[in-house]
Amino acid sequence: MTSPLQQKIKITGPSMVTANRTSDGIVIYRTAQQGWSASLSDAAIVRTSDEARALLNEANADDVGAVGAYIAPVEVKDSGEIKPGNLRERIRSKGLTIDLLPA
Amino acid sequence: MYAYDELDRTLINERVSEFRDQVKRRLSGELTEDEFKMLRLQNGVYLQLHAYMFRVAIPYGTLSSKQLRRLAHVARRYDRGYGHFTTRQNIQFNWIKLAELPDALAELAEVGIHAMQTSGNNMRNVTSDQWAGVAPGEVEDPRIWSEILRQHTTLHPEFSFLPRKFKIAITASEHDRAAIKVHDIGLRLHKNADGETGFEVLVGGGLGRTPFIAKTIKPYVAGRDILSYVEAILRVYNQYGRRDNIYKARIKILVHELGIEKFSREVEEEWKQMGHSALTLDHSVVEEVRSRFSYPAYEKLPHMPDELKQAAHDPSFERWRKNSVAPHKVQGYSIVTLSLKPVGGPPGDATAEQMDVVADLADKYSFGEIRVGHEQNLVLPHVAKRDLPQLWKALDRIGLATPNINLVTDIIACPGLDYCSLANARSIPIAQELTRRFANHDTAEMIGRLHINISGCINACGHHHVGHIGILGVEKNGEEFYQITIGGRADENAQMGALIGPAVPYAEVADVIEDIVEAYLALRDRPEELFVDTVKRLGVEPFKERVYATR
Amino acid sequence: MPLVKQGRITTDLFVHVIDGAELPDDGAILIPATRFLEDPEAVLKRTGKVGVIWPNNRDLDDLVPYLDRLAAVALVFPSFRDGRAYSQARLLRERHGYDGEMRATGQVLRDQFVFMSRAGFDAFEVKKDADADAFAETVKRYSVFYQPTGDGRVTALNRRMQLRHSESAGQ
Repeated sequence: MTSPLQQKIKITGPSMVTANRTSDGIVIYRTAQQGWSASLSDAAIVRTSDEARALLNEANADDVGAVGAYIAPVEVKDSGEIKPGNLRERIRSKGLTIDLLPA
Repeated sequence: MYAYDELDRTLINERVSEFRDQVKRRLSGELTEDEFKMLRLQNGVYLQLHAYMFRVAIPYGTLSSKQLRRLAHVARRYDRGYGHFTTRQNIQFNWIKLAELPDALAELAEVGIHAMQTSGNNMRNVTSDQWAGVAPGEVEDPRIWSEILRQHTTLHPEFSFLPRKFKIAITASEHDRAAIKVHDIGLRLHKNADGETGFEVLVGGGLGRTPFIAKTIKPYVAGRDILSYVEAILRVYNQYGRRDNIYKARIKILVHELGIEKFSREVEEEWKQMGHSALTLDHSVVEEVRSRFSYPAYEKLPHMPDELKQAAHDPSFERWRKNSVAPHKVQGYSIVTLSLKPVGGPPGDATAEQMDVVADLADKYSFGEIRVGHEQNLVLPHVAKRDLPQLWKALDRIGLATPNINLVTDIIACPGLDYCSLANARSIPIAQELTRRFANHDTAEMIGRLHINISGCINACGHHHVGHIGILGVEKNGEEFYQITIGGRADENAQMGALIGPAVPYAEVADVIEDIVEAYLALRDRPEELFVDTVKRLGVEPFKERVYATR
Repeated sequence: MPLVKQGRITTDLFVHVIDGAELPDDGAILIPATRFLEDPEAVLKRTGKVGVIWPNNRDLDDLVPYLDRLAAVALVFPSFRDGRAYSQARLLRERHGYDGEMRATGQVLRDQFVFMSRAGFDAFEVKKDADADAFAETVKRYSVFYQPTGDGRVTALNRRMQLRHSESAGQ
């Protein structure tokens, strides 16, 4: 089984690294300042596979603070606003898509 | 209800201490995530999309009112005020914090609740029929044996690191409400020609990527030999189950690759070598476990009490009674199912308030006992018929009296992409929309018994393979699509459903289901012919034609 | 890597013989199964103690004939998640009556000590020093056990039956 650190990483567009915080499981995003933020707008954006791998390795090195880091796509608007790049990341960033109480 | 004694409670508390230490070592960095992951899974702690998910065990689906209140408390204190009942009779909390888990576990331990082995490559909750102990015609209470197996499989030193998860289910009724044929080991409790209690043992059932119906490995194993026989199966599996590929690691693959005859011989050989084993169950031991199950002191009640006669004038009550109330083995009593499938609601969820009210109602009307079904509904198993009208009013007030049990809106669904990191697509909003489309009770009753099962990915936690209508979420180019099957069954005639055609996009699923139902109504040869029997009679083609005619 | 025996870190008297190396003239050795089986009688003739490292994906049948002449059997946990050696351990102890040293090797971590002890291991090549130090305390984590194994502990079921009998006997 290939170590995640050596796995071929191919990105198809602007991407970020996201994980969950170890102590409470909340969604976090890797920043450009070697840290984590709960806000997608603080996420470091990578545009090449090498950059992505480097960011992921850095994220994985923080085994105490974060769990399950992976690379995920983003959409970067002209304004510079960062939006989630797929449904899964939309749900992680915005929460459930359902009403909990019956309508 | 099984009464835990000091030994059981000590074990649970020792487990909590151990986990508290493990969490501490994780948070300090002494344990890496790689080392910790299996440990937390062994206590039912998953990492999901937004948060950790905590799966608490409800052994064979039986809860006391005190326990249910404590679950409500955990929902309030450590989570967001609700919980989700699962297809294996457990409960899940979706927003739990790892750092607070040891405290939550300690509070649960106080009332004899634990989360041992609700995840991980070990032996999971030994599930049973939610009507165990009260269903008419049952051979004997299968929960006695579930408890014996629960103890045997808890922290088993040899089998805590199996190739993959291991699920056992037991039924003691002709009609299998426990889905034993899609479990790794299925046990059918019955009596042999000499009237002795024993089990038909089936192995290798399961859903997921490679669904299989379990095969009979031995038609009769005497009760006293069941532990040693199960141990033999597990030992063969532990040694020979595949460990190179997690998708081929379940016992169903081993059984399939060896063939049932060869597998059976391996087990028999191991069992013979075990000889007169320390695991042979003395009659007195079984009776000791049985003695710690308490049963209600039922009153002598009339078959048709006045309260029921009077309430019959209320059509809403009558509709609910005919739908949600089932016969009890004791005259004057009934088994009441509480629907957790309100129109527009997420299936199988209950709020902390609802749990508290159900606990109170259980005390008042059901000798303090509640059951959890794998259809994700709750049951009050010992309700006196004379109390049904009052109970119904109380349930209606908290939204647990939707008269849709076993009908088209009684949908079984996994949490799906809204919660689960394994999912490809959402399942809950599909379920919600379907309940809105079929909200009319007259329509639902006219359609009759129809089980819809929805899974958000191939892991099939929604049991879609064995749904009368099965819906499986897949991903195509970043969009959610759904494959639809029909004709599956989970009972004693278990079989997998058949695909009706190409996957349909999210927005069309409810329309397709409506078309399927319409097709059924047109094709059934009489109103009493169930959907699943019409499919059996006519096959998939006529349904396929109607659904895809305009697509 | 510390060796734990009888609850504490001890000097390892056995030497792991690496592939291709000559067998030392004396002293206790642990040699891999394939090497041992090339010429078991020759190996067993030596003056020092002999232990065999048995892989976790191989049946014990070929090892069983030599058990009464082996001072140690080492079983393997390639990953702590791979539980095959637990079955091997129990079979060696309980079915074949092996009573020499039985050693856990591989990824041996603190949180498996109780299971390993119960399965019959009595020597542990522990991966982390901190875990080795914590051994004695860790095996005391549990006082209640549901399953009978060869470790001689009374199971919960049996304790209850004993309690019942003594209760009724006292009447």
